[in-house]
Amino acid sequence: MNIIEVRNVTKEYSSHTALDNVSISIPKGCIFGLLGPNGAGKTSLIRIINQITGPDSGEVLFDGVPLNPNHISRIGYLPEERGLYKKMKVGEQLLYLAQLKGLSQKEAMEKLKTWFIKFDIKTWWDKTIGDLSKGMQQKVQFVSTVLHEPDLIILDEPFSGFDPINANLIRDEILELKQKGSTIIFSTHRMETVEELCDHIALIHKSRKVLDGAKREIKEQFKTHTYFVEYKGHLDELDPIYQILDQKILEDGYLRSNIHLDGGASSNALLLNLLSKVEIRAFGENIPTMSDIFMKAVNEVPEA
Amino acid sequence: MRNIFLVIRREYLVRVKKKSFLVMTVLGPLLFVAFYGTVFWAAVSSVDIKTVQVLDESGLFRNKFKDSETLKFESTNTSIDSAKAAFPNSDANALVYIPANVIQSPKSVRIYAAKNVSLELKSEIEKVIEKEIEDIKLAEAGITHKILEDSRVNVNSETISLSEEGEKTSSSGAATVIGGICAFLIYMSVFIYGTQVMRGITEEKTSRIVEVIISSVKPFQLMLGKIIGVALVGLTQFVLWILLTTALTSATSAVIASKMSKESAQIEQEMKKAQMPNQGLPGGNVDNPVAEVLGAVSSLNLPLIIGCFLFYYLGGYLLYSALFGAVGAAVDNDADTQQFMLPITLPIIFSFVFAQFVLRDPDGTLAFWTSIIPFTSPIIMMVRIPFGVPAWEIALSMVLLVLGFMGTTWVAARIYRVGILMYGKKVSYKELVKWIFYK
Repeated sequence: MNIIEVRNVTKEYSSHTALDNVSISIPKGCIFGLLGPNGAGKTSLIRIINQITGPDSGEVLFDGVPLNPNHISRIGYLPEERGLYKKMKVGEQLLYLAQLKGLSQKEAMEKLKTWFIKFDIKTWWDKTIGDLSKGMQQKVQFVSTVLHEPDLIILDEPFSGFDPINANLIRDEILELKQKGSTIIFSTHRMETVEELCDHIALIHKSRKVLDGAKREIKEQFKTHTYFVEYKGHLDELDPIYQILDQKILEDGYLRSNIHLDGGASSNALLLNLLSKVEIRAFGENIPTMSDIFMKAVNEVPEA
Repeated sequence: MRNIFLVIRREYLVRVKKKSFLVMTVLGPLLFVAFYGTVFWAAVSSVDIKTVQVLDESGLFRNKFKDSETLKFESTNTSIDSAKAAFPNSDANALVYIPANVIQSPKSVRIYAAKNVSLELKSEIEKVIEKEIEDIKLAEAGITHKILEDSRVNVNSETISLSEEGEKTSSSGAATVIGGICAFLIYMSVFIYGTQVMRGITEEKTSRIVEVIISSVKPFQLMLGKIIGVALVGLTQFVLWILLTTALTSATSAVIASKMSKESAQIEQEMKKAQMPNQGLPGGNVDNPVAEVLGAVSSLNLPLIIGCFLFYYLGGYLLYSALFGAVGAAVDNDADTQQFMLPITLPIIFSFVFAQFVLRDPDGTLAFWTSIIPFTSPIIMMVRIPFGVPAWEIALSMVLLVLGFMGTTWVAARIYRVGILMYGKKVSYKELVKWIFYK
């Protein structure tokens, strides 16, 4: 079941096309990484899902139903450009934002209490936002994003501006929200975050979707059939089943090579082959990182 | 609807809870009463007396300069040079030199003073000299003093407005004052509250909170909520002002009235002593002028005026604040608002300028058209209403005003929608027009 189905969405602005016939499915209960270089069209897509703007053509389904204003209270959105009313007090502001999302004052109060205890920010209630540090403001904004327990949480660069301790705190919260059944869309440039948290990804480049699917499958798809091996001894550069791509001498005298396995041979076959020739200290498959995949996918797209 | 209400409540409470609102609410009527109190006070209390030395070489003006409440004349017989030399050390504020040949060349009269002479003093002195020379010339022509006295008539007409309720003494003076005050208040409030809307929108845009808010509220709702919230702040302020001012003025006028009655009795006696002709003093009527003004004010249709005032305040405010809001949404910070402010502020300033003409001719063509056109009607119609305006004109102007602000709100909403999400881009008028016609 997909919580979001983006179908053939196109969005044009006077001077450029932000989204060109983009279709993306976001499965329920996953952490979805929405990736892409700056200006690729991620924010436009997020704004369409948030109903801030509408698509020129195509449609977006939420839980199988075309987006409508009732969905607003089921979505929590943390924009990349953070902002709160500087002169308002923390408590008032959170109450206001929660009520705009459809909570009653009483419900909002109760939920806020638990969050204030959880984040240990009880003393902030009467502080003015402008008096808080940037990291503190971020925390307040995060609370406002998830307070109404939305089914879909959209986080645009959620970790920017957090120190490692608070970033961890937020990460744990995100995982907990996922446990509770929320779907989370991440828009980020930080590939390590994607690597760590995302189950699914979609990559948008130059207004088009160039890649999407489960992270695992994509990695499979981008596998290069190369292995690394650390060993002592000598290996010939060419062999019927493999080809040595590079070789480097490590400090302790061992050699490290990247080996490409030709035509369908298994890793065991390679290992057996190597065992007879050299003394192996380490062996493993080179799994592409998200960063590699990102670079590769972006560079493969022909210039429009 | 719930969201619009939430936005209105926030916009309202944030502003009403500010200290500056409280200060303005209390200080406004105090300043207002203090201002009018001072004017009344100044009118009834004698100001400091100015001494004027008269050096009359012609000898025609002996005893012709009469001391008044504010002026004291002293004659001196020295030569002009020594009088001028002595002048700086004397207490006199001015020195009038009338040469011997004044009848042949009236322009040779000179007034010397350390500082610039007030226009009032100058005209006072000129009046006395002119009148005397006239008298002399008329006498030479064979017209006696007696004929002159008889030929002087004094017309002091009373304006009576004819309406269904029959004749009723109206006071164009009071209507002028009330009309002027209303026009000024609307002019000020459109500016003050209009720019508040603009600032509020720019603030939301620059602090980027707008993106969070419009993920829960439609841009139009947010804009309308802000406009209505600020309008209510203005209304609250006015209602508090009206209440406080009424309380304060009735207290103050009671105090002044008691002082007035004493003063005017004194003035009357002084006038008799000085045997000055009655018409020589402005408002020299024995009647208490404060009572007269208060009476005249009560002869006006106050409920209609207050009702219309609130309507035109709201209408004018809504019309303009939508436009101010559009400007706020189009720019990135307060400094950039200037380029778009002019076309909005010009009609407001123009109406305020027109108001001065309309006060003099409240039923003229200019008055009619400017009080019908929505962009000027909030100010101009308020100037006209105290003088009495046909019901159909008010109705037409009100309907057009409502249509007018619906129009500006529509335009503003279209600009707003695009503008609030447009960061870091300098927009031009051409671009704004494009935004309006975006689908």
